[in-house]
Amino acid sequence: MTALTAVSGRRRRTDRAARGVLLALTGVALIPLVLVVYYLLKRGLGAISWDFFTTDPTGSFLGDPGGIKSAILGTIEIVALATLIAVPVGVLVALYLVEFGRGKRFGNLVRYFVDVMTGVPSIVFGLFIYIVLVTSSFVGVGFAGWKGGVALALLMLPVVIRSGEVVLLLVPDGLREAALALGAPRWKVALRVVLPSALPGLITGSLLAIARAAGETAPLLFTSAYVLGTSFNLDGRMNSLPLQIFSDVGQAQDRLVQRAWGAALTLVALVLLLTLIARLFQRRNRYT
Amino acid sequence: MEAGSLRLPPGGRSLDERSPASRAADPFFRWGLTVLATLVLALIAFFFIFLVSKAQPALSKFGLLGFVFKDNWDVSRNIYEAWSLVVGTIVTSVIALVLGVPVAVAAALYVTELCPARAKGALTILIDLLAAVPSVVYGLWGVFVLIPHLKPAEQWFSDTFSFLPFVGGSVAGPNVFIAGLILAIMILPIVSAISREVILTVPRDHKEAALALGATRWEMLRIAVLPYSRSGIVGASMLGLGRAIGETIAVTLVVGNAPNVPHQIFDQGYTLAAVIANEFGEAANNPLHVGALIAAGLVLFVLTLAVNAAARAIVNRTVPA
Repeated sequence: MTALTAVSGRRRRTDRAARGVLLALTGVALIPLVLVVYYLLKRGLGAISWDFFTTDPTGSFLGDPGGIKSAILGTIEIVALATLIAVPVGVLVALYLVEFGRGKRFGNLVRYFVDVMTGVPSIVFGLFIYIVLVTSSFVGVGFAGWKGGVALALLMLPVVIRSGEVVLLLVPDGLREAALALGAPRWKVALRVVLPSALPGLITGSLLAIARAAGETAPLLFTSAYVLGTSFNLDGRMNSLPLQIFSDVGQAQDRLVQRAWGAALTLVALVLLLTLIARLFQRRNRYT
Repeated sequence: MEAGSLRLPPGGRSLDERSPASRAADPFFRWGLTVLATLVLALIAFFFIFLVSKAQPALSKFGLLGFVFKDNWDVSRNIYEAWSLVVGTIVTSVIALVLGVPVAVAAALYVTELCPARAKGALTILIDLLAAVPSVVYGLWGVFVLIPHLKPAEQWFSDTFSFLPFVGGSVAGPNVFIAGLILAIMILPIVSAISREVILTVPRDHKEAALALGATRWEMLRIAVLPYSRSGIVGASMLGLGRAIGETIAVTLVVGNAPNVPHQIFDQGYTLAAVIANEFGEAANNPLHVGALIAAGLVLFVLTLAVNAAARAIVNRTVPA
């Protein structure tokens, strides 16, 4: 038998160097996050005050630019509407895929096209809603908050379906079989046994979809459009945080740019809050 | 069913008969859900057909090939040939891949294989957080932080390495490199997350066998982990590519929006998604212009579709859904 030889110096150095490079690149991956957060706080905090949240943008270029009240409320309204559409439909389609579509050709077809939908760029959804709902006359021509909501719902739908499917699949078949053996009909098993036991996971998926939708700009550009005032009329133009930022970035005026940073900080805080809540629900998931 | 043959107590119901009304709802439930799923399919079909039909004015005037492969996007003369936009889209996405993928894969390797267990959770969350920053915020940051701060460095690079292809000449403020850099940051979390999943599927045996044969940790990664997960990582990168191709707002803000084929990476450019975002407002009253923008959307749609389909095929081969 030969004695074990130590790892040669060259190999050890290569190993150390390679591990160092991997560590360094991981550090590089974190730089943008640090920088974005740093600049958001540095430039955004200065903009934030009570008035910032309680006044509408004035549209004045040189004078007082106003706050972002209409944008915050608009984002909440539009995203709430999108959630009301996308979450029930998405969860039910996921339920179909898991309860009836497993291993079936049709189920796989739906699954495939849902994946296709995930990859569709958000601007294309906006384009689609623009053609179908904004320019054609069957629902009334013109920009409207609800049309933006529908565009966001289309964007959320595949995310809700796919994440829903994953968590519904985790519900053990034993649970379904037990309920069926007790004589429960399929619909009752699906709605009263499977859905409740997957609830935390479904909430996580939905919240992540909402967080993604809340930050989307492109689908809203020509569906709900930019407007100054606060509106609670879903059939009229409606402001939103991303569009407020987009509109302010293009202005060569420091106070407007500062408002953009403040609005961006607000938006990121909102999205992070949603992500955080989603993570908390993920912890409560029984089946992982 | 056998239950019917069991002796029932007087007045009892067999299992078959149990709550017949409620069982009768089963087929409706099933068909209801099926119809809903079919509607989603119909929606996608409708989506595609509608886009094609509305893009007709532009496609019939310039021809599909002319629209995609000729370079002349001139709104004032009502000519829409999108080659410069296609090139801009591809160039920015490729820059994003070149910059983003190595970092994303390295981070995935480090987090899954090398980092101390305590740091694993925190690192994963931090990298995933990059995905939580909205596109428009990256755009804002790009315009007011990246562009001004990187310009001197870009000019230095351009002057020093002008012998390289696609480098040299004066640096524009907003340019395709900056757009690619922002896209790299935006695709980093998704590429890294999927790569992590793929790397986690490498069998423990393979890694332990490599280590038992005396491999160092890096050699273990190189001979056991990377070959096994290579195709999955390629798939992850292509999903990132799909994301980069369709990304709109951040790119619109930093790419320069000049409909010319960029000659070097610090030139201004334009992308399919950005042109839609920018020109839709002014196009409303010009059916040809609207048609051209929708055709641009269609090209974008088909491009992302092809990339994503290929990516899914590759990823699914390695990670069973």
